[in-house]
Amino acid sequence: MKGTVAASGADLTDASLQALRARCGAVRRDIVSMIARAGSGHPGGSLSVTDLLATLYFTRLGHRPDNPRWPDRDRVVVSKGHAAPALYAILAECGYFPRAELMTLRRYGSILQGHPDMTRTPGVEASTGSLGQGISIAVGMALAGRLDGRSYRVYAFLGDGELQEGQVWEAAMAGAHYRLDNLCAIIDFNGLQIDGRIQDVMNPEPIPAKWAAFGWAVREIDGHDHRQIVAAYDWAAREKGRPAAVIARTVKGRGVSFMECRADWHGVAPSADEAARALRDLGEG
Amino acid sequence: MAARRAIRDGYGEALLLLGERDRNVVVLDADLAESTRSGVFAKAFPDRFFNVGIAEQNMVNIAVGLSLCGKTVFASTFAIFASGRCWEQLRNSLAAMRANVKIVASHGGITVGPDGLSHQCVEDIAIVRAIPYFTVIVPCDCLEARRAVLAAAEMRGPVYIRTGRPKTDQITSEETPFLVGRAVRLREGRDVAIVACGLLVGGALEAARALAAEGVEAAVIDMHTIKPIDEEAVVEAARGCGAIVTAEEHSVIGGLGSAVAEVVSRHCPVPVEMVGVRDRFGQSGEPDDLMVRYGLTPGDIRAAARRAAGRKRA
Repeated sequence: MKGTVAASGADLTDASLQALRARCGAVRRDIVSMIARAGSGHPGGSLSVTDLLATLYFTRLGHRPDNPRWPDRDRVVVSKGHAAPALYAILAECGYFPRAELMTLRRYGSILQGHPDMTRTPGVEASTGSLGQGISIAVGMALAGRLDGRSYRVYAFLGDGELQEGQVWEAAMAGAHYRLDNLCAIIDFNGLQIDGRIQDVMNPEPIPAKWAAFGWAVREIDGHDHRQIVAAYDWAAREKGRPAAVIARTVKGRGVSFMECRADWHGVAPSADEAARALRDLGEG
Repeated sequence: MAARRAIRDGYGEALLLLGERDRNVVVLDADLAESTRSGVFAKAFPDRFFNVGIAEQNMVNIAVGLSLCGKTVFASTFAIFASGRCWEQLRNSLAAMRANVKIVASHGGITVGPDGLSHQCVEDIAIVRAIPYFTVIVPCDCLEARRAVLAAAEMRGPVYIRTGRPKTDQITSEETPFLVGRAVRLREGRDVAIVACGLLVGGALEAARALAAEGVEAAVIDMHTIKPIDEEAVVEAARGCGAIVTAEEHSVIGGLGSAVAEVVSRHCPVPVEMVGVRDRFGQSGEPDDLMVRYGLTPGDIRAAARRAAGRKRA
């Protein structure tokens, strides 16, 4: 619903909320199946960001899957590029490419590379994978939107571990300096990175205070509560004169009992048996 | 002879033309706008200029974001930061997305002078040309720099242009043809071919004049585009002269010399002597003195030409 800003997600009926949850469940099942088939990939951070990313695409993003280059579309940059499986499952669900492609993830010649590649995948706005760069790209897109007098919004999804990259803070400074109120950063705050808990590896906390100190409007939410997520996107769109940061508390591996809150599921594919168990956890849909 | 001007001045002149010609041109700098000459654009078109502060990596990715939304973006800083500090951004974002971003890196080479090692870049040609999809251009004078920048604006995709700080003689003229990827033969000769870029094109011409007095006829080729290199011109020089000297204000590892040797070894093996910085860092000093101490003078080119010609006869 481009151009319409609902009052804090109040347009979400119980029925539409239930439908949204069901679609997120389907995305999670795709993520598990894709990574299991590929034999490698990043389930933990894909499952933690699913509700945030899917809710944006399914309820608030102004886009036209049949015309991916539409100039006025909202832009999404998945700066935490290892969440590619989540992005691909959502793009397929939106109709950017046939669902059958999902099972080619990470294979030679696939349109679905291990990390997002905009030159190969319809709907991917920016190639990412090297952490810390996507948020700067989003700043550039937001500047371009303002220069061109277009009303599109730009969304950048970052990991919490990614905040350890210095470039993120260069971009944060720039976003506030240029008063980019068409820019929204979403922090997938799942508390874990490859080598363990973020506060043990290199503590980026206090995360909300840091973004606030850099001049961003900050809102903390439960990153798995769809009503809160929608409300946060609507709040961000109303913010004037500064960019908005949504700090979303999430659970790494969300929805799969044996993956939840486990750093070792950051970048490991489930075996066939584990995938079957994971799909049972996620419900048959 | 026309007044001596700095190669980097050509960048500022071209940006002014581009700014008037095309609303889509956006320019970024990282707190060096006066030095790189992007400041000329900043004054004329302040709404399309962004000084991102001392944050070069951020600058490269902001440039990419702007380009993905249809802008033709020029981004400038010193060569060492543009290529070295931002190499991974150039690779993983700019080139990987074939972004329409032109990096114009000033202060290439050791003639930065007194600022010393940290600001003298003699590795940029090597590391940037290793990245797929990048075009790498090293103009030899102010006019050629202006034409290179204008040409880059017409191309889609990543371009790296290295400019320099010192003033140089004007070597090319409006009549000199300029095409990206097409070398310019500045002087004919049968005995040895000097293939040079940037500041050392002037030195190559001076060396050739001195060689002529000794009875050695040297061809001089301005290889302004290092990538894609003009293979035809290199092969023609190898066949026609039987010996080649390369000359660049850059390390002999990976730069113009290497690019020429790659072509020569594949298509027409002949002796190649390289004039360049020999696997060492620069240091503080006056530019002219540094050129002497690092072996980059016309005399060094002349000596290399004699060596190359001698190996040919051997």
